[in-house]
Amino acid sequence: MNAFDLTRDLKRAFPQDPGELSRLHARLAAQAEREGILDVAYRTMDSPVGPLLLAATEAGLVRVAYASEDHDTVLRSLATRISPRVLSAPARLDEPARELDEYFAGRRRSFGLVLDWRLSAGFRRAVLRSLPEIGYGQTISYAAAAALAGNPKAVRAAATACATNPLPVVVPCHRVIYSDGRIGRYLGGPEAKRALLSLEAS
Amino acid sequence: MTGKQPFEAVVALHGATVLRVCRAVLGPADADDAWSETFLAALRAYPDLPADANVEAWLVTIAHRKAIDITRATARRAVPVAQTPDDATAPGADRAGDGLDGDLAAAVAALPAKQKQAVAYHYLAGLPYADIAAIVGGSVDAARRAAADGIAALRRAYPDVIGTTAQTTGGSSRKGGGRERV
Repeated sequence: MNAFDLTRDLKRAFPQDPGELSRLHARLAAQAEREGILDVAYRTMDSPVGPLLLAATEAGLVRVAYASEDHDTVLRSLATRISPRVLSAPARLDEPARELDEYFAGRRRSFGLVLDWRLSAGFRRAVLRSLPEIGYGQTISYAAAAALAGNPKAVRAAATACATNPLPVVVPCHRVIYSDGRIGRYLGGPEAKRALLSLEAS
Repeated sequence: MTGKQPFEAVVALHGATVLRVCRAVLGPADADDAWSETFLAALRAYPDLPADANVEAWLVTIAHRKAIDITRATARRAVPVAQTPDDATAPGADRAGDGLDGDLAAAVAALPAKQKQAVAYHYLAGLPYADIAAIVGGSVDAARRAAADGIAALRRAYPDVIGTTAQTTGGSSRKGGGRERV
């Protein structure tokens, strides 16, 4: 019996089914939540615009990400920018996931979620915070979004704020388009933006 | 971006190995608790872990301490029972249906603590003896010797089991002679 066989045989002697590790993982997430050391909880959910990553701090929903952003990259960025204590822990995202499901089913026109705005700052944050004032199914121009945030001249900054919105769908940057009707930049791609606008138009 | 991985990746990468180590060192009854306490403590300390640290060695270090805590707590609670550790040192004997892997697990369980730890940390977690010495205390040579002694004990027990299996297979095919009657 050589060392390789020994390692293989020892591993086989202590087998484990995947269900056991996922049960232990769930227990870890619950304990971490109770002890206040679950800095970023996340889950993914299916949607008509593809799988969405939802992440929340103890302060609220902090990130919604499209698959096109690459969820692993987004999680690494959250680990760097917020805290490396990042765990898959669906419980904290139950309410956001439920409201998003209702929205995509056409049964919800605004969100009542607590949001953590820490990933945006300054004028960009001001732009994003004012976006929920745009009603369901309506669109405004980037110039109007700049004005809504209190600085009508900052059109480019308003466009950048919309294009880098860390909370797409929930914070409705998809309702901001060019005044000539072009759809504009969107983290989830132009198809996703069009899909949301047509969902809200129906 | 040179930041640390999300802790989720640490669990995904090392969760299975740490569970095996806990099982080997503590046995099945306490392994789940040791795993949970290890990863909870690791999550708490993770932001302060240096970015270039060896994560697996760090986790095994925590698991080692948790296993000691659990063993002590169990010993305090324990009531005397008839079975002594020696009862478990006869692998293959009277263990029908347990199979090869169960016997090897039992043989590991019967090892003295130092040997068990050295075998688990080297062969299951893949740690070098220098790391193991730092975790269990003592010299690198002592860690290497403990693993070698442990492996020697497993080798003494293990070939018997393989021999038994081969014999059983040969015997059963010879005995199945019912075909002539049908």
